[in-house]
Amino acid sequence: MDVYLPIANLSVNGLVIVGLGAITGILSGMFGVGGGFLTTPLMIFYGIPPTVAAASAASQVTGASVSGVFFQSRRGGVDYKMGTVMVAGGIVGTGIGALLFRLLERIGQIDTVISILYVALLGSIGGLMAKESIQAIRAERSGVKIAARKRRHHPIIASLPMRWRFYRSGLYISPFAPLLLGCCVGILTMLMGIGGGFILVPAMLYILGMSANVVVGTSLWQILFTTIATTMMHAMTTQAVDIVLASMLLFGSVTGAQVGSQFAQKSSPVKLRLVLAIIVLMVALRMAFGLTYIPDDIYTVAPL
Amino acid sequence: MKGALSCLLALAAIVVLGGARDPILVPEVSQHEIDLQQGFNGTDLLLFGALLTPDGSRAAKDYDIVVVLKGPTQSIVLREKQKMAGIWVNAASTEFRSAPSYYAVASTRPIADIVDDKTAAIYELGLKWLQLSPIGAIDPEEQVRFAAGLVERNRDAGLYREDEGGVSVSEQVLYQARIRLPSQVPTGKYVAETFAITDGRVVASASSEVEVRKLGVDRAIANFSENYGFAYGLLAVFVSVGMGWLAGRLFALV
Repeated sequence: MDVYLPIANLSVNGLVIVGLGAITGILSGMFGVGGGFLTTPLMIFYGIPPTVAAASAASQVTGASVSGVFFQSRRGGVDYKMGTVMVAGGIVGTGIGALLFRLLERIGQIDTVISILYVALLGSIGGLMAKESIQAIRAERSGVKIAARKRRHHPIIASLPMRWRFYRSGLYISPFAPLLLGCCVGILTMLMGIGGGFILVPAMLYILGMSANVVVGTSLWQILFTTIATTMMHAMTTQAVDIVLASMLLFGSVTGAQVGSQFAQKSSPVKLRLVLAIIVLMVALRMAFGLTYIPDDIYTVAPL
Repeated sequence: MKGALSCLLALAAIVVLGGARDPILVPEVSQHEIDLQQGFNGTDLLLFGALLTPDGSRAAKDYDIVVVLKGPTQSIVLREKQKMAGIWVNAASTEFRSAPSYYAVASTRPIADIVDDKTAAIYELGLKWLQLSPIGAIDPEEQVRFAAGLVERNRDAGLYREDEGGVSVSEQVLYQARIRLPSQVPTGKYVAETFAITDGRVVASASSEVEVRKLGVDRAIANFSENYGFAYGLLAVFVSVGMGWLAGRLFALV
């Protein structure tokens, strides 16, 4: 089934794209991640221009997080005050990301920077996740419980000026901390086409020290609005949002997400985390391979 | 067909006025408009025509035919990757003012056997002879390397093609060549040129235009995205939120 993509300017096999969306959808349903970290690289490997891939993946993540936000807000899992501060930071971040994007594009290093970011982020976070889940599995087997980490925010956070109360998160900290976190993730969303859930969740737990029962909901809330801002920013600056591509991805991913969440209820969360860690590490490895192995295209063309 | 008719009339005029012994080319292309829209997966363009002597009889001699299809030229930056500190990064670059976005050439025989290098360069017959107009002074050796790099890159992408032996001539009169346009062809006005060559000399040439354009919904989407970025972004957001919400609703019923 050939589908012509009017913005990417090429025709693709529609079933492949829907299938790709479905795979990331299943993952997002199973693990509660947006799946952008998988969609963007896979689309690039398939031959879609990197900018179009990143821009269109952002709107796919939007779609994937909508039902999660509804669900979490019904069960009171969203700290709206914290979320709104983070979204504000995220919007600033997409603006900075757009400037960086343009700058890097002009000097011809955007693709390399995106690849390095993927390798560094996915490699380190995948590694941490793998280590943690292996420890958890071992502890489960031997019956020795790992001491739960104390919920505390990072000492640097305490040194920031001003303090606000975030009741649902159980925190009395400077609003600059979540603002900065949101901003960093916003930059990454713009550059890499990821929602950033796998960075946000650990950062909210271990750096901000938020109460665990609002972490997932608040991160979804942040992802929803930051990806919306990213889509708008891409539409206005790079003009690389391909709505046909995004629709096909969405169709696959929203369906897959429902399947994935059914699946998640039946399997053990610790093993799920290990599987996710392995997938994340594989993507990082593939990206590292792309950087170091002699590329197919030594020469690339950009309009002047 | 109208085009062909006016061509014939023009040719008749040339015959009456000039009375030269050079042959007359009557070229035609199978499609003057190529529409990029849903279902488009590349297409074959047929360049065909007839070669006649001025008195209207068949061209008694063997002529070589070269056809060239050229897309609009662009100003581009060409970047070259080199391995630095273990990874491949764009390290060198050069600029070309007039790189064709698409270029295909087909001929009856290898071009080197038909014409000498000088003639090939004048008429830009072959990928080797593209006039790319590099910007700024770079040394000739480097220029050759970059030009070869551009050709290699676009050939891999299917945008530059060379088909020696791709033109077939039947009965010394009718010629035809099939040229592939892949799905990622850029839009714009293309020029199809046909050259009749004998003894290393171009004795007749003719050109016609082909327009490659987006059509229908796809054109509307491309225009919308280009001219109304904000509204287009809103539409994309609306579609993604809507689909996410709808899916949640539908599956809740199941």
